[in-house]
Amino acid sequence: MSVTISAGTAYGFFTDTSICIGCKACEVACKEWNQLPGNPPHFLGDSFDNTGQLDDMNWRHVQFRETTSAQGGPAWLMMSDVCKHCNQASCMDVCPTGAIIRTEFDTVFIQQDVCNGCRNCISACPFGVIGFSGDTGTVHKCTLCYDRLQAGMQPACAQACPTQSIQFGPLVELHARADMRLVALQSQGHDPILYGRDDNVYGGLGAFFLLMDKPESYGLPSTASAVRPERNNAPGYLGALLGSVLAVLGGLIAFRRRNETEAQ
Amino acid sequence: MDHEHFAVSPDWKWYILLYFFLAGIAGGAYVIGALLRLAGGAGRDRAAERLAFLVAFPVVLICPILLTLDLGSPGRFWHMLINTTPGQGGVNFVSRSPMSVGVWALSLFALVSFVTFVATLSEVRGGRGAAVRLMAGAGGSLVVLAGALLGLFVASYTGVLLSVSNQAVWSDTWTLGGLFLASGMSAAAVVVAQFARRRAGAGTERRLAEADGWFAVVELLFVVLFFITLGAAGTAGTVLGHGWALLWVVVGLGLLVSLLGLARRGMAGAMAVVTPVLVVLGVFALRAVIIFSPQ
Ligand code: SF4
Repeated sequence: MSVTISAGTAYGFFTDTSICIGCKACEVACKEWNQLPGNPPHFLGDSFDNTGQLDDMNWRHVQFRETTSAQGGPAWLMMSDVCKHCNQASCMDVCPTGAIIRTEFDTVFIQQDVCNGCRNCISACPFGVIGFSGDTGTVHKCTLCYDRLQAGMQPACAQACPTQSIQFGPLVELHARADMRLVALQSQGHDPILYGRDDNVYGGLGAFFLLMDKPESYGLPSTASAVRPERNNAPGYLGALLGSVLAVLGGLIAFRRRNETEAQ
Repeated sequence: MDHEHFAVSPDWKWYILLYFFLAGIAGGAYVIGALLRLAGGAGRDRAAERLAFLVAFPVVLICPILLTLDLGSPGRFWHMLINTTPGQGGVNFVSRSPMSVGVWALSLFALVSFVTFVATLSEVRGGRGAAVRLMAGAGGSLVVLAGALLGLFVASYTGVLLSVSNQAVWSDTWTLGGLFLASGMSAAAVVVAQFARRRAGAGTERRLAEADGWFAVVELLFVVLFFITLGAAGTAGTVLGHGWALLWVVVGLGLLVSLLGLARRGMAGAMAVVTPVLVVLGVFALRAVIIFSPQ
């Protein structure tokens, strides 16, 4: 699908998990384009998954979640996971160096020459997306192919996906497509949900999903659990203030001027 | 509120543990020095006050070294302070990021505690230089007050830094700042008392033991609040399972000896050798269990 890409427009991914076939073409295309190292081969014992997780070397991760269908038989939930390019990005909130920026395409990007590897963003990302690389001394994640977008090309994963489970485009268009797909699946008797399409998950996700089960089944926080680290600033500092006042009071009681002499 | 967590570990390990520990002692020692100066009897605890200031600066000097060593790119430590994004530049201060605020507070605290250190050292040596004259007057009290406020921040913000995340345990409680502050003050009190043993009178030692006891009371209160908040979030098991309970025993012993010191106040020798060791170990164990168990 050809897309005209221009700065100032919000772009993203719509990942329709109902048509993911688990071929991992997206993982391979991502690794090839971004020149990410391969994983050392080892058996994870976790279905057909041999990637394991999103990290510094894996910016796309196809999940294979074995579950039970409505009819009681075995079923697979497959989903190509990626950085969500959150509208309210927890990683950006806590980054002390300003290395994490929002680009002209409304995506979230880590500037490799600014990041100093403090790893605060890893503790904040609610999706476990960011990984630290000992080789570069910095953190890495999906760039939504920032370099390709600047050259007018769509991201490598979306281009490689043979089923169009991963669709790239202006978010406005993707939202409309997702809404239509939701209605179509509902009319077929399914009960899918759109995750991150609306602003109830981190102000809306640049990479949003159509899920066939509840978010937690895919390792995604529910709407209620999708909270920002920032929420703890005020209570955290108030707790510190309370501790400070009480400790200073304790010190004042101990050191107060009493009518005692050193001989006592 | 019970939140499910899918965040992965930032792999903050020994450097961070040591930093959190020393930041508590450095900040705590300065605050103790300030309290002795501003609230203590006129000159009564002068020796302990000086020692507290002399302890604070060398300890705080180690802190940035630890923080730098923990970075993936240590040569870029200064990126915390200066924005190197092309086309932006200028000073980096991100108010919503406790790590950013903390780096600035640590830098300012190091500066103020350096001035205090130099003045105190030259005073001890009988000097009458500009620093000594500055510190002797009202200006000196203002410097000490600013240092004490910064010290309180440096000793406590590390807890807030952990909470401002999406990690299990850390983000489930608002108590870590108060907990780290009170425990840091407790460790600082016994460290200053140890240095003060030969130079200050028995009265000073008693008062420091009493202060340690009060800090332990505050710490105990925050430990209770910590477990109440984790209980509500359903993550208390994380800090108690897998043998972590053993570290809580060490924390408990440290608290116990401090509280006993408070109960026995007025008795000489309240700071016997075993007491500071247990207190310091307890404070270290507290940070270790909180930092390591969710990771
Ligand atoms: S998914 Fe994580 S890394 Fe990606 S923008 Fe959101 S918070 Fe940042």
